Amino acid sequence: MAENLDQPFKESAMNSEERRKINREQRTQVIAFAFMIGITILAFLAVGAEGIPNAFTVPFILLLALVQLILQLYYFMHLKDKDHGWPNSFMISGLVLAAPMIAALILLLGVVKY
Amino acid sequence: MADSVDVNKGLPANPEKATLEGKNKFLGMFVFLAGETTMFATFFGTYLGLRSGTASGPESADLFQLPLVFIMTMILLTSSLTSVLATFAMKKNQFGKLKLWMWVTFLLGVSFLSLEIYEFVEYYEHGLGYTTSAFASSFYTLVGLHGAHVLFGLGWILLLLLRNRNAGITLTNAPKFYAFSLYWHFIDLVWVFIFTVVYLMGIGG
Repeated sequence: MAENLDQPFKESAMNSEERRKINREQRTQVIAFAFMIGITILAFLAVGAEGIPNAFTVPFILLLALVQLILQLYYFMHLKDKDHGWPNSFMISGLVLAAPMIAALILLLGVVKY
Repeated sequence: MADSVDVNKGLPANPEKATLEGKNKFLGMFVFLAGETTMFATFFGTYLGLRSGTASGPESADLFQLPLVFIMTMILLTSSLTSVLATFAMKKNQFGKLKLWMWVTFLLGVSFLSLEIYEFVEYYEHGLGYTTSAFASSFYTLVGLHGAHVLFGLGWILLLLLRNRNAGITLTNAPKFYAFSLYWHFIDLVWVFIFTVVYLMGIGG
């Protein structure tokens, strides 16, 4: 098969079952996108609106960012799909490393003043 | 070859992972993105540690404008959707649609980057130079690093589109378009945290 790797295809080999599945998936992605736009607007409103205390705003927008993280990773980047075990373990170990790094740097730089 | 794929019937349903090389590109991309996650974490941590060190220069609340950041966010989020639609067109062997959505992604990325450059020039004119304060340098480094990633992605997709303008969808270029789309989602993901941690917390926190 190596010799025809650069050949374009006249048609798709998908059967109607696979085609239906992929169309359904595409619809799911558009809904996930609409949801992401919605929570983005919510985050901006929480900051832009008068009279909402910061003690509420900051945890709230961080939570919304976390929801966006999950939507992006699991829907747009397909981590929820089958055969994504290794990508999942890479991304999770990246995030597990990232969290203490952020905490350590905030403490180091923020507590020991420049 | 154990992982050979039957191509007689047409384009396989997952052309980006039909060959061993495609599978490797796919996995390698995630290794790279996991590394990028930790790198961006160090920049975020630095910014959060230094953001109150304004050294009597401009503060974030004096500079940041919600409408501009909102427009930039919408542009980048939409470009993430268009690159998803491009990968769906790829799976369905619709090369014209793939190219169209990728060009839309490219143009949205260009407009995002232009707004970011405009923003930086604006801040500079308000007295926020790179060395003005610890806040200034950590801000420009974090947001600029993201901007550099956008620029790199734009060059990447431009080259892919130009080189494959008449190629059709093949088992060679499908993994490349797919890897770009993963990269682009990651850029979008980093921006979600930048607009939350830098801009929204800078204005309201």
